[in-house]
Amino acid sequence: MTFLVSNVILGNKLESFERKFYMAISKKDVQYVADLARIKLDSDELTKLSLQLQDILEYINKLKNVDVTGVEPETHVLDLKNIFRSDLLTPSLPCQEVLRNSHQKEEGFFKIPKVIE
Amino acid sequence: MLNTSTAHELLVQLHKGQIRHCDILSDIRKRIDRIEPKIKAFVKINPDIKIEHNVSGVLSAIPIAIKDNICVKDEESTCASRILQGFKAPYDATVIEKLKSAGAVLQGKTNMDEFAFGSSCENSFYGPTHNPWNIDNVPGGSSGGSAAAVSADESIFALGSDTGGSIRQPASFCGVVGMKPTYGRVSRYGLIAFASSLDQIGPITKDVSDCALLLKVISGYDKKDSTSADLQVPDYTKTLTKNIKGVKIGVPQEYFPIDSSRKSNTIIEGIDKDVSIAMTKALDVYRDLGAKICEISLPHTEYAVSVYYIIATAEASSNLARFDGVQYAFREDSSDLIDMYKKTRGSGFGQEAKRRIILGTYVLSHGYYDAYYLRALKVRTLIKNDFINAFKKVDCIITPTSPTTAFRIGERADNPLAMYLSDIFTISANLSGIPGLSIPCGFDRNNLPIGLQILGKAFEEELILNVAFAYEQGTEWHLKKPNL
Repeated sequence: MTFLVSNVILGNKLESFERKFYMAISKKDVQYVADLARIKLDSDELTKLSLQLQDILEYINKLKNVDVTGVEPETHVLDLKNIFRSDLLTPSLPCQEVLRNSHQKEEGFFKIPKVIE
Repeated sequence: MLNTSTAHELLVQLHKGQIRHCDILSDIRKRIDRIEPKIKAFVKINPDIKIEHNVSGVLSAIPIAIKDNICVKDEESTCASRILQGFKAPYDATVIEKLKSAGAVLQGKTNMDEFAFGSSCENSFYGPTHNPWNIDNVPGGSSGGSAAAVSADESIFALGSDTGGSIRQPASFCGVVGMKPTYGRVSRYGLIAFASSLDQIGPITKDVSDCALLLKVISGYDKKDSTSADLQVPDYTKTLTKNIKGVKIGVPQEYFPIDSSRKSNTIIEGIDKDVSIAMTKALDVYRDLGAKICEISLPHTEYAVSVYYIIATAEASSNLARFDGVQYAFREDSSDLIDMYKKTRGSGFGQEAKRRIILGTYVLSHGYYDAYYLRALKVRTLIKNDFINAFKKVDCIITPTSPTTAFRIGERADNPLAMYLSDIFTISANLSGIPGLSIPCGFDRNNLPIGLQILGKAFEEELILNVAFAYEQGTEWHLKKPNL
């Protein structure tokens, strides 16, 4: 597998050329995205992740080489349209089953930290 | 030593009255007691496995191991993640309902890469599983626990899930049979979602006959999974004829040179020499069996890994949003709601899960959506079309399952990209929805198993099972056992 990896690290000429046109992902970007994803990272994690994501993004940037003019996006492999069921009440999990796994609950509700001042 | 048998062998012996149900369970139990401390295939073993379900079912009393991302009612289903510690599923996955009504005995839950994020079983909250062929090596992943349990004869067979190769690659690394059915063939209801447009549950077994048997039991339309296919399920065990005369087998020139003596267009580098040799020999076996080998082209192969890691992480970032400390067991307390979310997810998820959620969030975020996610969906169309075009020429496609055999534990832990690239042969099947299976086809110089992958047209599992069966019956690789 070292072979594959060295290919990625060195890149071919086209990729090296392209690389100049794609901004590297900065620590600030990673912090911003981690906030969007509601994940707390410590500073070591942030540094390591920024470097790893940079490698991965450089690799996946090879998609820029593909001509996708006129190609429809594939969201789903099966030829399915929206699937509807009839609007009828059907049995569902009882409330205590739904709440069973929660960390905190009270009077049939999930309990979370206060959100209204 | 009934634990070394296959399900179809045990069922014949049970029918003839040569063995009792309890003999199977007791041999399994003995094997687990002796071997499991070395292998660590399971995250939970049912302490008191007994026959409690349908004794007259088609899998009556046959023990089965279940990957830890498949929900079993009232049992912990943790996806090998800290964030799901203590979570007990309030319902059975559809495949579990089907297994129970077929009379199978659920042995316990098997180890995996956290949320199926990985190809080595090292990204588990419980620690790694060890490859039965060499305990210093990984069993592959993410269904590494299931593959190792079957390979080490701790189970008769097992269920795994496959999003980019997570059944086929560990089956290859552990020297067993593993199949990803066509997307929609098996209900995903109760499978804790990783990437909903790619995930499929499938069998990991000791031979092709068991694979057919287990696939038959778990397949079928389910109104609880609107993406399951409303199609008749064939009896896969009845179409294993061994006769593959005239079957056209394609070998993608981008994956593997069909004729090593001439210059090839192979763009996948880094295939281990022993894997290449085993592949070449396997093609000879197929020629002798009367199959026709032809070269085909899958021109968008080199983009598959990129497309996969955009789509899979995007879907994962959305699917894993639900783990926020509110509904499930694990929570880091804070007086502020957003801070509670962040702390819970920061310490509840492992490194690979965080990496993938953040990458997925990034490719979906404003300003990058068109460049990454939308473009990946378009290239996915091209990859799917590559297969549609190839299948106009051939009946099935053969490739190595993985470019290498099982690597050492820790070897790739710090290089996620190298780990991602090892999925090169398997991920296209998930992107295009087609079925694929891996069967043992030899050993490398270190006595580690090599896997052969057979890909087929959507919903034509019968054909690839028969192509696998013909090879298996003509060789003895599947009969080899690790020396434990």
